[in-house]
Amino acid sequence: MGNIAMPLTVAIPMLFAVLILVTGKFWRGVGSYLGPLAAFIILYLSFVLLGVKDTTYIMGGWIPPIGIVMVLDGLSKLMLIIINGIAFFSIIYAISYMSKYTAQFKFYALFLLMVAGMNGVVLSGDLFNLFVFLEIASLASYALVGFGVESEELEAGFKYLILGSVASIVILFAIAVVYNITGTVNMADVANTIGNPMLNKAVIFALGLFIFGFSLKAGLVPFHAWLPDAHPSAPAPVSAMLSGVLIKALGIYALIRVTFSVMGAPTEILSIIMWLGVVSTLVGVLLALGQYDLKRLLAYHSISQMGYVALGIGLGTPEGIAAGLFHMFNHATFKSLLFLDAGSFEQSTGTRDLRQMGGLMKKLPITSIGTLAGSVSISGLPPFNGFWSKILIIAAALASKQYLAAAIATFVAFGTLASFVKVMRFSLIGPLPKIYQNLKESPFSMTFSLLALSIICLISGLFYIFLMDSLFYPATNAILKQSAYISMVLGIGG
Amino acid sequence: MLLYILNMLVFGLGLYCLIAKRHIIKKIIGMVIIEYSVNLFLILVGYRINGIAPILSPGENPIVFSQVAVDPLPQALVLTSIVIGLGTLALMAAYSIKLYEKYRTFDMSEINRLKG
Amino acid sequence: MKKEKIKELIEDPNLGMTLIVKTVARITIALILLYGFYIIIYGHLTPGGGFAGGVILAIAYTLMMLAFSRRIALVKLSDFWASIWDNIGMLAFIVIGFVGLGFGYFLFNFLSKGKPFSLISAGIIPLLNLSIGIKIGAALYAIFIGLSIYGRLVLEEEE
Repeated sequence: MGNIAMPLTVAIPMLFAVLILVTGKFWRGVGSYLGPLAAFIILYLSFVLLGVKDTTYIMGGWIPPIGIVMVLDGLSKLMLIIINGIAFFSIIYAISYMSKYTAQFKFYALFLLMVAGMNGVVLSGDLFNLFVFLEIASLASYALVGFGVESEELEAGFKYLILGSVASIVILFAIAVVYNITGTVNMADVANTIGNPMLNKAVIFALGLFIFGFSLKAGLVPFHAWLPDAHPSAPAPVSAMLSGVLIKALGIYALIRVTFSVMGAPTEILSIIMWLGVVSTLVGVLLALGQYDLKRLLAYHSISQMGYVALGIGLGTPEGIAAGLFHMFNHATFKSLLFLDAGSFEQSTGTRDLRQMGGLMKKLPITSIGTLAGSVSISGLPPFNGFWSKILIIAAALASKQYLAAAIATFVAFGTLASFVKVMRFSLIGPLPKIYQNLKESPFSMTFSLLALSIICLISGLFYIFLMDSLFYPATNAILKQSAYISMVLGIGG
Repeated sequence: MLLYILNMLVFGLGLYCLIAKRHIIKKIIGMVIIEYSVNLFLILVGYRINGIAPILSPGENPIVFSQVAVDPLPQALVLTSIVIGLGTLALMAAYSIKLYEKYRTFDMSEINRLKG
Repeated sequence: MKKEKIKELIEDPNLGMTLIVKTVARITIALILLYGFYIIIYGHLTPGGGFAGGVILAIAYTLMMLAFSRRIALVKLSDFWASIWDNIGMLAFIVIGFVGLGFGYFLFNFLSKGKPFSLISAGIIPLLNLSIGIKIGAALYAIFIGLSIYGRLVLEEEE
């Protein structure tokens, strides 16, 4: 009974979140024990699910399309690994980082609720449950962005809250339109009854609404206005989760699920996604070049790198999708690593401004190694993982004769390199300012996460062929084989 | 059809309120109006002219009942969406109080410390 | 001790609204609470259920707070205990789901379904309604009291 782990990946973080809230009233430090424990359990469960063959889980014994169904396929397995892996390292990091906040048990509870919501999004088999879990994850993240209750954090959080709610409502509207056409919200059932989506104007309308909503959640240009405010304002572990996982699980994953598994990937829609991606890569990197605030610079790079993912997905070829998914995995590792590094710098030096840093290599060696690994990965230097995914995306774009997109992607890769050369030049080398003479390296729980994520960046670059075969091509197959998805959920045709 | 048009009018009104007004509370009200117009749309989707409430009473024939009752699923979905909307609304209210404490204003155009 | 304090606070003319409002509220609060529990308990038979009933429960407490004063509401149910009840409701829901896991599926309806249209029927659904009702009632009350206490603090700071 391996598939019993599927509801548990959602239920266990929720259970622990409530337990932390109840016991936290009497013992404030409880979160730093129960939180990492829950994160470890769900990480273990997601590795268990990696070995289970594709299956469904029916909630409460009601068969689909009447009942609620959870679906496990290659894409969900990949997303579970990404979400729970990054969540585990972020929460370990948070043990030391969050200890300065007063209500830290609330942080752990919200964090676990957010993880539960994201796990629910990637496992859910019907559109409405996807919306509900998306809202759970979003609500927790709105509260987490403003967790520090400083004025800038509140401003960014409110902006994020308004724009995120608009996106959620638009998604609900699209679900209502889909329900009006098909009379069901089960994804496989919708896919079964909808036929060719481009023949029905209402379906095109719904698809447009879905693309608007999910692109806003993913932070693709021109819907990116909230991202560079919200991501830097949050505490570092939350920034790592938001930039590393949330925009992927709520944005890109849901977009893939709706366009490929439900609507059958019409080419016009795919090219829209691709050009959204291309514009995002370019605009993101151009805006990032002028930044001196480290976390804000990283947030702009998130927009740019999500553009790469959307570009790969939008190509629609197996190579392009696999490369896009590979880049999504890589972006999760190196962007959360960089945000955690930025948090470590901020905690030691008290500033995020690159111009006030310098020579930190001598004082903060492990953080600097993490920054180095993350920067090299994101700028795409071999043998780190960012290099392979970028070159695969560009190769896939060339193979499908999208020369302009490939040229822009190559140009953006150099822009990213330039931007991160600046980061390393300002923060790691150069003269050490006098006020930083007595800096100490961050505590163990922070450096552990940084080192572990750096090693993952290196290893996934060295063994990328193995990873492609075991993770990304199964996920690509799951995306492209719509009929297999329908028959697995509804049990028709074996 | 008229109902749908009126519904979209409400949606547009909410959107106007959200975009054009600078007062935080007015923005929140616009948000809520949009939310309820979408909820209303979901209800309209499941509505059947001269339909009865989808509650089975004792002794009623379920098959006949299912042909005259309105669709209950959108109503269940709307209830869930209302609960979510309530959570969002509470969070927005809390944010607006906190913002007022820090900035001493409800005017969104004066709340602009984030740049770049 | 607690009862005496409540009595003292009720009779204090400086707290809360006028005598008319207080007298009406004293009668209606009990009825509203009763109606809330009715909606929750009959949730599986008639329209309503955990959420609607929970909102009504919260309204009863909110009415008490508006008619008498915030202090008396806090003596009756403090924000601390409202938050605890809130979490207990959610915990009960999840625990029921986990018990169902023992019978094969998460949230499986493991109790006997009983006869249709009778009060004790539908297995675990009344229990789920009850836990949601407690959760929503306590949570809405806690939200209202939190916003009101905090908003007042901000205003006082300004003066």
